[in-house]
Amino acid sequence: MNQKTFFAFIGPSVLMMVLFIALPLATVLKQSFYQTQSVYETLEVETCSPTFTGQVCVKEIKTIPIIGDNGKVITQTNYVGLSNYQNVLELPRVIAAFANNSWHEFMLIDFWKALRFTLSFTLITLPLVLFFGLLIALCINNVAKSIRGPVIFVSLLPMIITPVIGALAIRWLFIGDGVLTSFLEWWLAKDIAMFAQAWTIEFMMTFYRVWHVAPFAAIVFYAGLQTVNQDTIESAIIDGASRWQKLRFVILPHLMPLIVFVTLIHLMDAYRVFEEVVGFSSQAHVISLQWLTYDFLTADLMGNRSIGRASASSMLTMIGITLLLIPVLRGVWNDYKGKRL
Amino acid sequence: MKDINLIKQPLTLRFSSYFFLIFWCIVAAFPIFWISVISVKLPLDAFNSNALNVIFGPATLSQGKGLSFIDITVGLAIILFTAKLTTGWLGRKVNQYSPNGYLGFGWIIGSMTFGISFIVVFFAIMPSILSVLNEYTGVLGNNIIGFSTEHYSTVWFERDFINNFKNSLLVTTGVVTISLTFGTLAGYGLARSGSNLAFWILIIALVFRALPHSVLVTGYLPFFINSAEILRPIFGDAAPTLYGMPWATVAVLVAINQPFTIWMLRSFFQSIPAELDEAARVDGCSHFQAFRRVIMPVMWPGVITTGLFSFLLAYNDFLVTSMLLEAQNTTMVPAIASMFNMETTTTDQVVAVAAAVSIIAPLFFLVMFFQRQIVSGLTAGAVKG
Repeated sequence: MNQKTFFAFIGPSVLMMVLFIALPLATVLKQSFYQTQSVYETLEVETCSPTFTGQVCVKEIKTIPIIGDNGKVITQTNYVGLSNYQNVLELPRVIAAFANNSWHEFMLIDFWKALRFTLSFTLITLPLVLFFGLLIALCINNVAKSIRGPVIFVSLLPMIITPVIGALAIRWLFIGDGVLTSFLEWWLAKDIAMFAQAWTIEFMMTFYRVWHVAPFAAIVFYAGLQTVNQDTIESAIIDGASRWQKLRFVILPHLMPLIVFVTLIHLMDAYRVFEEVVGFSSQAHVISLQWLTYDFLTADLMGNRSIGRASASSMLTMIGITLLLIPVLRGVWNDYKGKRL
Repeated sequence: MKDINLIKQPLTLRFSSYFFLIFWCIVAAFPIFWISVISVKLPLDAFNSNALNVIFGPATLSQGKGLSFIDITVGLAIILFTAKLTTGWLGRKVNQYSPNGYLGFGWIIGSMTFGISFIVVFFAIMPSILSVLNEYTGVLGNNIIGFSTEHYSTVWFERDFINNFKNSLLVTTGVVTISLTFGTLAGYGLARSGSNLAFWILIIALVFRALPHSVLVTGYLPFFINSAEILRPIFGDAAPTLYGMPWATVAVLVAINQPFTIWMLRSFFQSIPAELDEAARVDGCSHFQAFRRVIMPVMWPGVITTGLFSFLLAYNDFLVTSMLLEAQNTTMVPAIASMFNMETTTTDQVVAVAAAVSIIAPLFFLVMFFQRQIVSGLTAGAVKG
């Protein structure tokens, strides 16, 4: 395929990615150094209120936004350097928290609270997803062919369900006197409120995410198990390998590329954790990085959106995912170069 | 050789496999089963602390709303029969009647006709026949399980969910068609080119795949809100405010989806032997003709699979649509979020549950129709790519 046809084929798609992904990214970078504010003016306002004896007038000095000809508040955009980043990171508070040696104080700062949850969520769910995915795949591979279809059908349900609704479904099991909360209360014989403290909410979120992603890992691994070289397995058996050794030295190495693949996808997706915060309405206790940006973007009561701070937290979020993915991508890159040589 | 493997397995291992799978299936299906049960109960039953009361719904039953033994048997029979038809019969009929090379359209039309006729039979014809039948069958016709569809009618008719449904339909259709059109072209180009440029485009696409969606939304939002003023020099007074336009979110979702689409379609195109287009080229086709007349007809399975995943992304999205659309005019998923946030009475809560079940019901049928395609899609990216 010559260059010209190649460009004709990929042109539309690449153009779209440049226009709708690369360009917005560039704008976010620019916005993170600017701040848009309403222009205020200071006025002396006289307010009068009628009383029995006549009018009582109070003069006060107020700052009010200037309203332009079209009825909208006039805004101006200024270059503010790194101050958006400072507003998000709140470094003075961080230093104060460290000076006091207080983890609790540190965790009161939104950005660091979100970062702590996002990272621990990603790193805790990853091994669980890999483990349960592998376990389900091995079990499906172990049972009669006739029931594999129905089992895969049921397994697909948690995976394709709308994430917000999946989280809600788990929440409705536990909320108030929900069926599982009453079961736990009966079992442990004490009063349980699953939505009153952070750690139970985080536990439910982790459970939801593993429930949601393990089927994906299981199906990928199951497909990989179909292509394990039977000759190698047989020779391993002849050599007297135990079941565990077979799994450890034949099957797992065979699945390794798939494990890397699932890890890569899961790191990308778990780092984006957001729907859980919405589904469990946990913003009072647990927030994630994406939710923080979302919150900055949401209009407040005055209709203002802090675009500048949202951009800064977006950029920080992106730096985070890049750092997280570098080890995995380097592995893929070395692999690719190795194949080429 | 597989058999040797199976015979050699100790009984305990096989038993524990079955046991674990049963456990997993219960865990996987229970939350979904439970919300569907809640959605057809009156609030008093739905949030009862006794699980049996939730399932049988005495309070709902006492209001005369329930299902009899006959209702349940007939309903289950129809569902099982439908499942049977979708797994074999439907596919054969579609293959038989689709004109050559248009298998994809055949599937779309076939499954839509099938779905609509199922809805008509199950929700219109069956209940009226059964209500007559129940009167003449004595004990078997008595209600035994509480069942009420009133929350569904509240959601769909009073809360104007149909409007949200229309928006969802618009957004998903737009996303699927546009991302497939652009994606197949790019996927084919990338699969047939071994150049360094192709490799780098794929790597950059992978990096874009990792972008949190909120980052992109941050880029779009100011532009969308002020688009009428920004675009005025180009379009004059006809410049639209993109904020709140469902079709404008289509562009965003297509862009988010594009990296994934080209990766998946590329791996499907790679599994089609390059000799096929070479043969067509020898016969005098241009590259584009070879693509359209020779490759596309054998690519339908891959296109359908990728289309399914694009559909899921657009249908399930919360962040983009809730941010870029106005609260009164969103797609279904953001609509339900606002519903459960403002829930005040327990009736409102059950209504929110009914809305949730309404949203996931089409997904359930989607898995039923397309299980094989979804599985092949999941493995295509991993095994071949």
